[in-house]
Amino acid sequence: MDVVNQLQRQFIDYSASLHREGFLDDQFTQLQKRQDDNSPDFVVEVASLFFEDCEKLINNMARALEQQQGVDFKQVDASVHQLKGSSSSIGAMRVKDVCIAFRSFCEAQNREGCLRCLQQVTHEYSLLKNKLQTLFRLQQQILAAGGSIPVVE
Amino acid sequence: MESCNCIEPQWPPDDLLMKYQYISDFFIALAYFSIPLELIYFVKKSAVFPYRWVLVQFGAFIVLCGATHLINLWTFTVHSRTVASVMTTAKVLTAAVSCITALMLVHIIPDLLSVKTRELFLKNKAAELDREMGLIRTQEETGRHVRMLTHEIRSTLDRHTILKTTLVELGRTLALEECALWMPTRTGLELQLSYTLRQQNPVGYTVPIHHPVINQVFSSNRAVKISPNCPVARLRPAGKYMPGEVVAVRVPLLHLSNFHINDWPELSTKRYALMVLMLPSDSARQWHVHELELVEVVADQVAVALSHAAILEESMRARDLLMEQNVALDLARREAETAIRARNDFLAVMNHEMRTPMHAIIALSSLLQETELTPEQRLMVETILKSSNLLATLINDVLDLSRLEDGSLQLDLGTFNLYAVFREVLNLIKPIASVKKLHVSLTLAPDLPEYAIGDEKRLMQTILNIVGNAVKFSKEGSISITAFVAKLDTLRDSKAPEFLPVLSDNIFYLRVQVKDSGSGINPLDIPKLFTKFAQNQSTGTRNSGGSGLGLAICKRFVNLMEGHIWIESEGLGKGCTAILIVKLGMAERVNESKLPYMPKMPTNHGQTAFPGLKVLVMDENGVSRMVTKGLLLHLGCDVTMVGSSDECLRLVSHEHKVVFMDICVPGIDSYGITIRIHEKFTKRHERPLLVALTGNTDKVKKENCMRAGMDGLILKPVSLDKMRSVLTDLLEHRVFFEAI
Repeated sequence: MDVVNQLQRQFIDYSASLHREGFLDDQFTQLQKRQDDNSPDFVVEVASLFFEDCEKLINNMARALEQQQGVDFKQVDASVHQLKGSSSSIGAMRVKDVCIAFRSFCEAQNREGCLRCLQQVTHEYSLLKNKLQTLFRLQQQILAAGGSIPVVE
Repeated sequence: MESCNCIEPQWPPDDLLMKYQYISDFFIALAYFSIPLELIYFVKKSAVFPYRWVLVQFGAFIVLCGATHLINLWTFTVHSRTVASVMTTAKVLTAAVSCITALMLVHIIPDLLSVKTRELFLKNKAAELDREMGLIRTQEETGRHVRMLTHEIRSTLDRHTILKTTLVELGRTLALEECALWMPTRTGLELQLSYTLRQQNPVGYTVPIHHPVINQVFSSNRAVKISPNCPVARLRPAGKYMPGEVVAVRVPLLHLSNFHINDWPELSTKRYALMVLMLPSDSARQWHVHELELVEVVADQVAVALSHAAILEESMRARDLLMEQNVALDLARREAETAIRARNDFLAVMNHEMRTPMHAIIALSSLLQETELTPEQRLMVETILKSSNLLATLINDVLDLSRLEDGSLQLDLGTFNLYAVFREVLNLIKPIASVKKLHVSLTLAPDLPEYAIGDEKRLMQTILNIVGNAVKFSKEGSISITAFVAKLDTLRDSKAPEFLPVLSDNIFYLRVQVKDSGSGINPLDIPKLFTKFAQNQSTGTRNSGGSGLGLAICKRFVNLMEGHIWIESEGLGKGCTAILIVKLGMAERVNESKLPYMPKMPTNHGQTAFPGLKVLVMDENGVSRMVTKGLLLHLGCDVTMVGSSDECLRLVSHEHKVVFMDICVPGIDSYGITIRIHEKFTKRHERPLLVALTGNTDKVKKENCMRAGMDGLILKPVSLDKMRSVLTDLLEHRVFFEAI
């Protein structure tokens, strides 16, 4: 019991810290609420989908921005838009914020700015991926120890 | 004898006749010579004589005549032929000149005669002008006198001074012996001597007013000569010699109410004073016409001056009265203010003092209820609780009412959910209604705004009170509550003439009608309903337990909200309808952060809120697609996912009730899909509801959606509760556009 409590407490603290630092927002909490007996792995599934999407999009954007002759800003913009949508759906706040800035650079057709934003996005994404993976690991541990995942308000 | 060529006269010169002729001729000649001399002398003297030429002619004629006669003297004796020829020449000349003169005179004499007539005419004219001058001068004199008199009279507004001055001035101007003014007494039957010129304090002589002479004077507006023996004229001791002539004139006494400009001379109430003027005795002076005119004019002026004085007196009196009243009012107001302050202080203190024990009683009785009690004890505690609740309500009501009366109550304005208010009222009243087996229905008009600006608490209190009354006074049947936005024409005929609604852009008038099928109210009692503490005893409401304040408070709240409330009933037993109209502000489009999008209605938190609802979700973005699917699955929907518009069109069927489309992705022509879905499903009930999901939007996009034929629009991110309420609203109203 102690182990479970400890793990649960850890989980709560970690979740809270993620929220505090702005990695996640309410949307993520909503998703977590959605998790129930019918769909026990809902959040994990959504998260993995998100990561796949992200990587694909980031690659697309990198390729598009590397073009020496005539960057296709429209394509970049489309990708950023997608990324923004995904990140807001999952509640990845920081990624979403970067995307917003990214979009304005795209509109201004500023290659330098875009490249910088791309770097930032990649950075944020990897951070988030790590954090989420840690969170999910904690979850697994709790479940393995026989406890239930506490709902974080 | 030598011939001397002489002519001998015919007759001997010594004849007596010849002698006389000789002498006459001599004198004639003399006269004839002196006439022109005289003429010349006098003509030279006069400045004007137009007929010089005639004079010369006449002179010549006369001189020659004289010369003739003179020469004739020599012909009496023997004279030479020379003399005879001279004589002849003279005669011839004389003849010529005299003939010419005679001819001339024919022209001259008529002229001279006319000069004479003109002279006569001018003399007459001069006399006439003199007369007229005299007249004008006298008139001017009179005018001057009148002006001077008027000036003297008008220079004061004091009645006595006016009259005294009049008499003095008249006496001076006309050189009167005595001048008197007789005023009518209070009874109007006698004339009393009020003022005289010579006597300082006239003793109260009175003369009856219906004397023929007096009547005569009063009946004409001219100065009338009266006999000195008339009673009004007998002011001096019986005269030594002949008393002077007396004239009397009426002075109209104008009353304030007689100031009608149109009928100035014709006065309805004829009160006159009499002015009597007496010329000095022994003076044999007569009253001249202009003097009489003067007297008449003065009499009129005096009348005017007197009325001015009367008006002034009146206005001074009124002003004094007003000042007194002002002072009294001021005092009363201050007393009232003190009283109000005292009452407020009392209430404030009592409020606190009364509420504290009340709270204790209520709290402890409810706690007591929770413990173990015997049935009788429970009954007793319940009664205590009920009574103390009633008392608490009464205290609150009284406090509210007194605050309302002073106008110190102010509304707490805020934005609130209007629909929620009604639902709350309904929920609160439902238990009681169902106990009484009354059916309560609520109808909210579709154009009623969901949010409004106003005092939510008091509006609810008012509506609750009215609905409560409806329930209270109905033993059976149903109660219907309808609420809608009042239109201008319905506002106008709300039976309150002082209720003047003003429509403007951001306010609207809410009209709530509560109709019950209960015991009804006698139409005569309706005005009393809203007066405080007036209970309607006759309709068996003894056990209603109300304090009679409820409706009074409601009315005051409604008045504060610039509205109107009234009750209509056709009579006892026919139920009644309470109608209330209040002014509310239109709420601005509320953004989510201000008002959490949580309906106050307790929704069923069950998992399957919409069991088996077939929904199609179209979203290119995998992640958000998944999230939306998760949401809907949680709510129990049967979700189909598509990733492109073609798939969407292929898979959509009439089984799907709702289609969620993500339209913020560029490249998806969501509007095109909408149109094509519309085309595919021509019948309205077959077509699924089309809802746009978007992460950001603006009014333009929203309008485009509306125009394209979408039934709804929601902003991402969508929470579970939001989705639930969106679906509820959507399925109920078939349209849902989120506030931007």
